[in-house]
Amino acid sequence: MHESVAFIWANLASRPAMLEFKRLNAGYGRAQTLFEFDLQLGAGEVLALLGRNGAGKSTALKAAIGLLPTFSGEIFFHKIKLNDLEPFQISRLGLGYVPEDRRIFTDLTVMENLAVGRQPPRAGAPHWTPEQLFELFPNLGRMRERRGSSMSGGEQQMLSIARSLMGNPSTLLLDEPFEGLAPLIVEGIAKTIRALKHKGLSVLLCEQNLRYARLVAERVCIIEKGRLCHTGTMAELDADPALRERYLSV
Amino acid sequence: MEYTSVLIQFLNGLASASSLFLVAAGLSLIFGVTRVVNFAHGSLYMLGMYMAVWLSERIGFWLAVPMAAAIVGLLGAVVEMVLLRKIYQAPELLQLLATFALLLVIKDAALWVWGAEDLLGPRAPGFAGTVQIADGALPQYDLLLIALGPLVLVVLHFMLAKTRWGILIRAATQDREMAGALGVNQRWLFTGVFALGALLAGLGGALQIPREPANLSIDLSVISDAFVVVVVGGLGSIPGAFLAALLIAQAKTFCIALGYSKATLVVEFMVMAAVLVIRPWGLLGRVPANLRGPAAVPLPFHPPSPRMLRIFAVLSGALVLLPLASDAYALVLLTDILIFALFATSLHFILGPAGLYSFGHAAYFGLGAYAAGIFSLQGKFPMELALALAPLAAGLAALVFGWFCVRLSGVYSAMLTLAFAQIAWSAAFQWDALTGGSNGIVGVWPAPWLASKTAYYYLTLLLCAGAIIFLWRAIFSPFGYALRAARDAPLRAEASGIAVRSMQWAAFTIAGLTAGIAGALYAFSKGSISPEAMGVQRSVDGLVMVMLGGLQTLSGPLWGAALFTWLQDAAARNIDYWRAATGAVILALVLLWPNGLGSFLQSKK
Ligand SMILES: Nc1ncnc2c1ncn2[C@@H]1O[C@H](COP(=O)(O)OP(=O)(O)OP(=O)(O)O)[C@@H](O)[C@H]1O
Ligand SMILES: [Mg+2]
Repeated sequence: MHESVAFIWANLASRPAMLEFKRLNAGYGRAQTLFEFDLQLGAGEVLALLGRNGAGKSTALKAAIGLLPTFSGEIFFHKIKLNDLEPFQISRLGLGYVPEDRRIFTDLTVMENLAVGRQPPRAGAPHWTPEQLFELFPNLGRMRERRGSSMSGGEQQMLSIARSLMGNPSTLLLDEPFEGLAPLIVEGIAKTIRALKHKGLSVLLCEQNLRYARLVAERVCIIEKGRLCHTGTMAELDADPALRERYLSV
Repeated sequence: MEYTSVLIQFLNGLASASSLFLVAAGLSLIFGVTRVVNFAHGSLYMLGMYMAVWLSERIGFWLAVPMAAAIVGLLGAVVEMVLLRKIYQAPELLQLLATFALLLVIKDAALWVWGAEDLLGPRAPGFAGTVQIADGALPQYDLLLIALGPLVLVVLHFMLAKTRWGILIRAATQDREMAGALGVNQRWLFTGVFALGALLAGLGGALQIPREPANLSIDLSVISDAFVVVVVGGLGSIPGAFLAALLIAQAKTFCIALGYSKATLVVEFMVMAAVLVIRPWGLLGRVPANLRGPAAVPLPFHPPSPRMLRIFAVLSGALVLLPLASDAYALVLLTDILIFALFATSLHFILGPAGLYSFGHAAYFGLGAYAAGIFSLQGKFPMELALALAPLAAGLAALVFGWFCVRLSGVYSAMLTLAFAQIAWSAAFQWDALTGGSNGIVGVWPAPWLASKTAYYYLTLLLCAGAIIFLWRAIFSPFGYALRAARDAPLRAEASGIAVRSMQWAAFTIAGLTAGIAGALYAFSKGSISPEAMGVQRSVDGLVMVMLGGLQTLSGPLWGAALFTWLQDAAARNIDYWRAATGAVILALVLLWPNGLGSFLQSKK
């Protein structure tokens, strides 16, 4: 597997990062959650996937990172089909994943959590060391030996993002990173996401709160009951109250 | 006892603790990462012993020990790649069954390679003498072992705390799915951990050869000891395993030293019971977090359809008429089938509807059989009374053991059931005065009016059919629905007022009681009872029967029992390595149809 990943990399370093869902059907066990789901994440953009509770946002991300088997349809990352790859293989292609419940390793310290995420440098994506990440998240730098179990929600969220950055991803999947955080920390994380975009990362952000999405995203997709039902710019959505009314709990 | 001999016994206990710790640590590590309880871990220990004895005749003791450990470690890696990888996604019960099957295969492989005789190992060159402590003597080798336990603890601790590999192991132990999503290749991690665990077990066995001959029954005694150690220490905690190994080994050593060598099992049991009452998750264990992994597949259960009921009616009619058309041999076989159908149904009752694991169900079968024999021969009770009382004895044991088992979840209680069965078996094996020891009890015959094969067949048919119908009705009674609610969503069931533990405890007891009926019937039909009646093999037989029929079908255990008993009767006499054959069948079943043969047949319809 090592060889094939390296081979694929040698061939794609020059291409722009891009994640693409094509008519994807997926779900849990026999219960289907995503229906003919389509989505394209362009290179270097921050795209918000909006939708109400239970619309299927997290499901789409899980399918992309390989935590959920797909029924039919395809997911491509850099034109590589992800459907039959395992999560670790997908991650090694440069796709970072920050789950909605953060899932940091609470038994491990901050440094150890980062160590788990560590991957070799990757051409075409920024390279991160713990020290650089501590510049991005100064709070974490002050608690390197702290165990995950004794960190606040906001600190855990930062650690979860930092941990996925240790894999030097070219694209980041963020699942409701602002949920339950104090306004100051929300602003801090939004700033970080903008900084990542500035460094050339593509970000797919799941969000049910338009206010948060507006902080970072320029383009939006809306998912409703597992189907993609609207794509457009943030400005368009802002100008269309009826659309917001229909698909989002404002 | 004087002060010196107390000290010497204490040191002796420390030495025994080291081997035990090595096995338990490996078991704990493997479970932590892969979530698979390796029932074959004692077999790896046994292989380490045999391999070391065999090798030390060729390359000398000191080379043989690390070599044997390395070979066993390598074998562990192969087992992981060939077998375990295929079943990480399978339901827990099937994983347990698969490693259980491995135990059987390894036992017969060792029998085939090294024969049935115990193999005496060499003394350790350079450590063959004794150390004088005041007026007592301690083998030098014991001192070496005493030092080794803490040394391994420190090395393991360092490895887990400081190396990248250790960090990945701890991460995967907590949330292996997330570790994978971060780019950790779990395959090699799992293989590596399994190999390490196997190596530790092999090392434990290899180091034991100057103290104990290699023998074929060590696998089960070691695994049940190791289970007790990890349960007492806390599953997943290496220091906990160390503490618990010390505690158990000391308790046993002092028992032997005080002249109660037969009470070691009882003492072990009492230590474990005491710890579990005070700290249900072991000395250093933690309440298991919600394990992330494949969602458990709930097993659907349907009441028998009218068509099924008609089939049963026809079948019962046929069973009633059958003696008219069959010879004595067939009648005995049919009687066996009925008895095992009840045994399998009682096991199915706790595995399926109650969702509890039992890897030692034969304990209750055997206790029923022994109680029947003891009541009728030593108690001089009339046979009818003995037959009526014996199941109560089994039920009582299930009541006591069940109290512990339902307090722990999943794999913990699987390990406990095996440990309890091993304790019951050893008690039967050792308590000569009451049970006749390894010879068992002979001359347990039914009352004169039941003495003919036909009469006894009808008695068996009546009691087994009655008990099976009772169990089935229980499944579709409010009690049964509550049990399934508790199995599928324990928290929700608890919240809606179901006393989950009491329910499960009752189910465990009922299953023990009905297995006891089967056991008592078995005793009177054979006329004799031996410890095999409650041996591990019998527990495995029960599991295979249930597996053959499929867990999620009601009548599965019946077909499974019939097929298995008939096959065993037809084949066991012709196949030398029956155990390995059973193991191979289980492995094939698990790998091919992870939901049981019954479900395979259904899906074909
Ligand atoms: N593990 C699971 N098993 C079965 N169904 C699930 C599971 N997780 C989610 N679902 C179902 O899939 C659907 C989509 O869930 P998903 O988590 O993707 O929603 P979401 O858009 O992320 O919602 P939220 O904003 O609440 O996070 C829901 O109907 C949910 O009930
Ligand atoms: Mg979600």
